Amino acid sequence: MNTKLKALWGGYGTVLVLAAVIFILLPLSLDLFRLNLVGKYLTYAFVAVGLVLCWGYGGILSLGQGVFFGLGGYCMAMFLKLEASDPESTKIQSTPGIPDFMDWNQLTELPGFWLPFKSFLFTLFAVPLVPGILAFIIAVAMFKRRVGGVYFAIMTQAFAAVLSILIIGQQGYTGGVNGITDLKTLHGWDIRTDEAKYLLYYINGALLIGVVLLGRFVIGSKFGKLLLALRDREERVRFSGYDVANFKVFIFCLAAMFSAVGGAMFTLQVGFMSPSFVGIVPSIEMVIFTAVGGRMSLVGAVYGSLLVNYGKSYFSETFPELWLFLMGGLFIAVVMLFPNGLAGLSNQWREWRDRRRPKAGGTVTPLTAPPAGATPPPAGKDPLPPVASVGGGR
Amino acid sequence: MSAQPIVLAVENLTVSFDGFKAVNDLNLYVEKNELRVVIGPNGAGKTTLLDLICGRTRASAGSIKFKDQEMTKMPEHQRVRKGIGRKFQNPSIYESLTVFENLEVSYPRGRTVFGSLFFKRDAAVRQRIDEIAALIHLSDRLEDQAELLSHGQKQWLEIGMLLMQDPELLMLDEPVAGMSVSEREKTAELLTRISDNRSVIVIEHDMDFVKRIAHKVTVLHQGKMLAEGSMEKVQADPKVIEVYLGH
Repeated sequence: MNTKLKALWGGYGTVLVLAAVIFILLPLSLDLFRLNLVGKYLTYAFVAVGLVLCWGYGGILSLGQGVFFGLGGYCMAMFLKLEASDPESTKIQSTPGIPDFMDWNQLTELPGFWLPFKSFLFTLFAVPLVPGILAFIIAVAMFKRRVGGVYFAIMTQAFAAVLSILIIGQQGYTGGVNGITDLKTLHGWDIRTDEAKYLLYYINGALLIGVVLLGRFVIGSKFGKLLLALRDREERVRFSGYDVANFKVFIFCLAAMFSAVGGAMFTLQVGFMSPSFVGIVPSIEMVIFTAVGGRMSLVGAVYGSLLVNYGKSYFSETFPELWLFLMGGLFIAVVMLFPNGLAGLSNQWREWRDRRRPKAGGTVTPLTAPPAGATPPPAGKDPLPPVASVGGGR
Repeated sequence: MSAQPIVLAVENLTVSFDGFKAVNDLNLYVEKNELRVVIGPNGAGKTTLLDLICGRTRASAGSIKFKDQEMTKMPEHQRVRKGIGRKFQNPSIYESLTVFENLEVSYPRGRTVFGSLFFKRDAAVRQRIDEIAALIHLSDRLEDQAELLSHGQKQWLEIGMLLMQDPELLMLDEPVAGMSVSEREKTAELLTRISDNRSVIVIEHDMDFVKRIAHKVTVLHQGKMLAEGSMEKVQADPKVIEVYLGH
């Protein structure tokens, strides 16, 4: 029981530390410009946390999370853009009252699908639901047909490519390659002021902690165990009476909706949304954040997002020609040296230390050794060495 | 025993893979509380037969009736919910979960997405897990990760996972393969005990083991039934001897 309590504290302890880092440490140690950058990095963490659930636990690798991040961001951007395009401030256009890029593309009327985004309430629902519904359609189409693994990953990539090409191609409706820019106010509240930036940073942080806690709830439930079970033995789960596809659909949609919230917060904090956050490259980068942080750790994924993006800024500022190579090197190094990411480092370190220490030292690996007095293993069979189970995993 | 109702009726069952008929026009009836062993040389279609019954493979023709209900069109998880349990040849357990969690995940409540999200580990669940763990000799390993179990213990764990669902028809594919002598003993005992209130189909090669447990033996050969009856009767059958010794 004591160990269980400890584990519980250990679990929430890491979330508390993360909250302290986000709410206290970073705001106190960074100027507003840097803090705003960190806020942007933290919006990617929503995607990374979703990927921990979907990929780390569920074994569903999605290389298209940018689609959902982008759609969430676009939903928010459309609302903000409409608010910024009131007839007064667009009176020099040939058609006042519509977004500027539409006017440049000879549109004379707001397209129908933009109309609902005049309502803030609608937008709030659309941010998670539009990407959620798309994810649902994709997931049902794939998982009910038992498409999985690499094939699913390739399909998600195709979706990322399709959506970014669509957005770029339909310039008059979407703002094209520039995206939706010049966003000013949210319900009359100027999002470009310093106070607004601070407030948005904190809202973003609070939402992120909320998403991490929700993720914890999912992992802690029977559903979480089933995710692990179907990652490792899908057949066994199916023949235990579960409709496996439904479980995959749900976790994929949840991850998509997490990403969408991140996308919307990105738009609010950075002030624009463009197809460069939708396509294949950003989607793969988001997987890298998760891999670096540790794909089995919700909190680790947040640190992974921070670290990789900080590295990206640092490398690109310091070595403008080399930074992509350095990023690639970082990813390869992480995959080869720490397959469980930052979060797996502590376990790996412990294992390494134990291996170096001579066995004569007594009980050094108490982690998962079978309890004394357990049924003796049948003659002729060695008990499995406990080391194999601890950090290595898969 | 003949007074027992028929639980499983397989009639004219055929499955063909690119023209090769792995199971060919097979008829098989299993009664309530019966422990049936299916034997036959390699490639006789034993595993395919189990695959067909549990839905892993779709039948090309014929019917599978479980408690008078047609199964051939039903998705796998529905068949499980109707009461058909299937153990795979290689122990198929969740290595990354503990023994307790392996059993818990197999508990037949909270089988939908939201049901599993809000599933509560209540006294009934614990009690059931304790019962099953005692039955499969794993009571003191409940908190261990399943991958630390020995091969034989993994086999038992998978049987235990099936028992959690309390199936009316339990199908076991070579449950004692790779087991030590003492483990075989215990497994035979276990099988006799669990066939008390349900029907069991076992595929097995070990003839001593078959003799110990079987009520009735079905011999398959090239997808067809070769012989059926008590072990003595089947062993004395010249066709069976021919198939087993002629190769």
